[in-house]
Amino acid sequence: MISGTGAKGMDLSIAWRNLWRNPRRTLIILTAVVIGISSMVVLSALSRGMVDGMVDNAISNLVGHIRIQDPEYRVDPSIIRRISQPEQLISDVSRMLPSGTRIARRIKVDGMLSTSREHVGVVIVGINPEDEPGVSFIGRPVHSGRMISPGESNGLVMGQALLERIGAEVGRKVVLASQNSEWENVSRSFRIRGTYRAELAQTEKMYVFVSLPVLQEMLEVGNGVTEITVNLERGRSGDGDDMTGLVSELNAKIRGSGYVAEDWRQMLPSISAYLEMFNGYMLIWFVVVFIAMGFGIVNTMLMAVYERMREFGLQRAIGMRSSRIVRMVMAEILLLLLFGSLVANGCALFFINIVLASGIDLSVFTESTKMWGMSRIIMPSLSAWDLYAANGVVLVLGLLVGLYPALRAGRFTPVETMRHL
Amino acid sequence: MVGNCSCQGYYGDRIVEVERVSKIYQQGKVVFKALDGVSLSIERGEFTALAGPSGSGKTTLLNLIGGLDLPDSGKVVLGGNDYSRMGDGERADLRLEKIGFVFQSYNLIPVLTAAENVEYILRLQNVEKTERISRVRSILDEVGLQDKHNSRPDELSGGQQQRVAVARAIVSNPDVVLADEPTANLDSKTGEKLLEMMKVMNEERQATFIFATHDNMVMDFAKRIVSLHDGRVAGDRKKK
Repeated sequence: MISGTGAKGMDLSIAWRNLWRNPRRTLIILTAVVIGISSMVVLSALSRGMVDGMVDNAISNLVGHIRIQDPEYRVDPSIIRRISQPEQLISDVSRMLPSGTRIARRIKVDGMLSTSREHVGVVIVGINPEDEPGVSFIGRPVHSGRMISPGESNGLVMGQALLERIGAEVGRKVVLASQNSEWENVSRSFRIRGTYRAELAQTEKMYVFVSLPVLQEMLEVGNGVTEITVNLERGRSGDGDDMTGLVSELNAKIRGSGYVAEDWRQMLPSISAYLEMFNGYMLIWFVVVFIAMGFGIVNTMLMAVYERMREFGLQRAIGMRSSRIVRMVMAEILLLLLFGSLVANGCALFFINIVLASGIDLSVFTESTKMWGMSRIIMPSLSAWDLYAANGVVLVLGLLVGLYPALRAGRFTPVETMRHL
Repeated sequence: MVGNCSCQGYYGDRIVEVERVSKIYQQGKVVFKALDGVSLSIERGEFTALAGPSGSGKTTLLNLIGGLDLPDSGKVVLGGNDYSRMGDGERADLRLEKIGFVFQSYNLIPVLTAAENVEYILRLQNVEKTERISRVRSILDEVGLQDKHNSRPDELSGGQQQRVAVARAIVSNPDVVLADEPTANLDSKTGEKLLEMMKVMNEERQATFIFATHDNMVMDFAKRIVSLHDGRVAGDRKKK
């Protein structure tokens, strides 16, 4: 007996058998669908991995998920735009932050690093080293030497690229100069204790790290800091409205203090805008890939429909309404697309999780990756949106283009088919 | 469903009424008058052959009786249902409920077994499963295909395939079975067996059979022969 209960069950059962009447043809369409969907999924995972890498690099590049600072500091990053009583502010906001949140206080000021032969403009960053792991790249193990210890009076860590640029080595002394809150030049000598590596050489050349209390003392700002950086445990994923809501709550809480909380999207507007457009780009690209695939589907299904013209004529003759014939052909296309999409997702997941598990090393393109702020190694990042969008585009558009052969099949009249064959 | 159709008048035991029907086909610039003012009535339970040479219009008339096509003029009524007043979907429903078809080239669905081909029409009619199974088994046994229930059409001979087609046509107990050259692709012995089987069904089930044929053997079996020539009824003879 025909398997499946009810009319829909029968249609699906017959549709499945019809698919395998011409296995070669079915396998050709399936191959197109599998290659189409799996390439969409894998390439979108790589693209998203690349973008995620850019965002993560940007966030860990001393930006953080949320930052509290003087509203003018972004325009005028000088020490006079500081938070004078950071402890009070941290105490006020920390109760509103989810557990696992990490908070780091920093001073960031422009300065000059000098050796006996070189003078280089840098950004001097005062940190509590114990606060940085999980917040910024400087929390990771150093490349050479050692990290400055908390409160270390004359220790400094600089980027490996800067060390090479000034021709120095770990253990050598350098002088850092900047301006204090009275616009007076102040300087102090530090010994290079270690070097760090960052994703971007530009970062390595820009930032030098010293102990926060030491920099506070040098700049004569008491307990003042220029920023309080907050990193949420969940990372960047699951942000969006949640982080916007949290930032609004924080701003409501600190409204009277004269400071402002901003999330990374506000601090990195260009990356944020790019991310906003990214999903749109992906969708456009999926549609373009589908168009190529769609022609194949229509052409092959039309061939299948015309080959079975007589059968459709017979079905109409024995009392099947044309809408039912359209539904049967659509069921075939649906099964084909669903089966193809199942295999394609399996292939894509295998490729992403096994073949590309350790990422793609783009070290050979260092200059290009530097320019775009990309990571040296791209780790594929599969998002549910990409998976749904790639499959959704193929399924929805596949069914749409499949309507043409299906409607054609529904229009065959019994007399027409008998006269033709 | 068929109940939605427009029913006209009372036709008594007349199951088919064809009134002054004409049908013209046009291929390119060539116009061909397939039927020219044909009138005919067939009563319930008749075993009628529409006979005539190729091009005489017998298949066209059969198609019109089956509601597969509509006449250019005149009217065809089946069981009180006037096709000219019915939509395409309503005619499809009428065919499903009231008419069984047997075609010259068997026309079985190749991906279905013999039993499934017969069951197919009952599925379309939403017949309940246990009844479906019982009717399919019974009819296939009746046409002598006891051991071929699970054979696909390509595993059956021409005669066996045509038996499946007859079983499919009759399984839903239609009012009329329309058969277009059912023996044309069969050898004479197989054709004769098939006709004997259909005659038994006609007598036992009181199903009306209408054949389009130019096979003398079919005409020998028929109780009534309507001869067509150039799209007109040239003769109408009932056997005693």
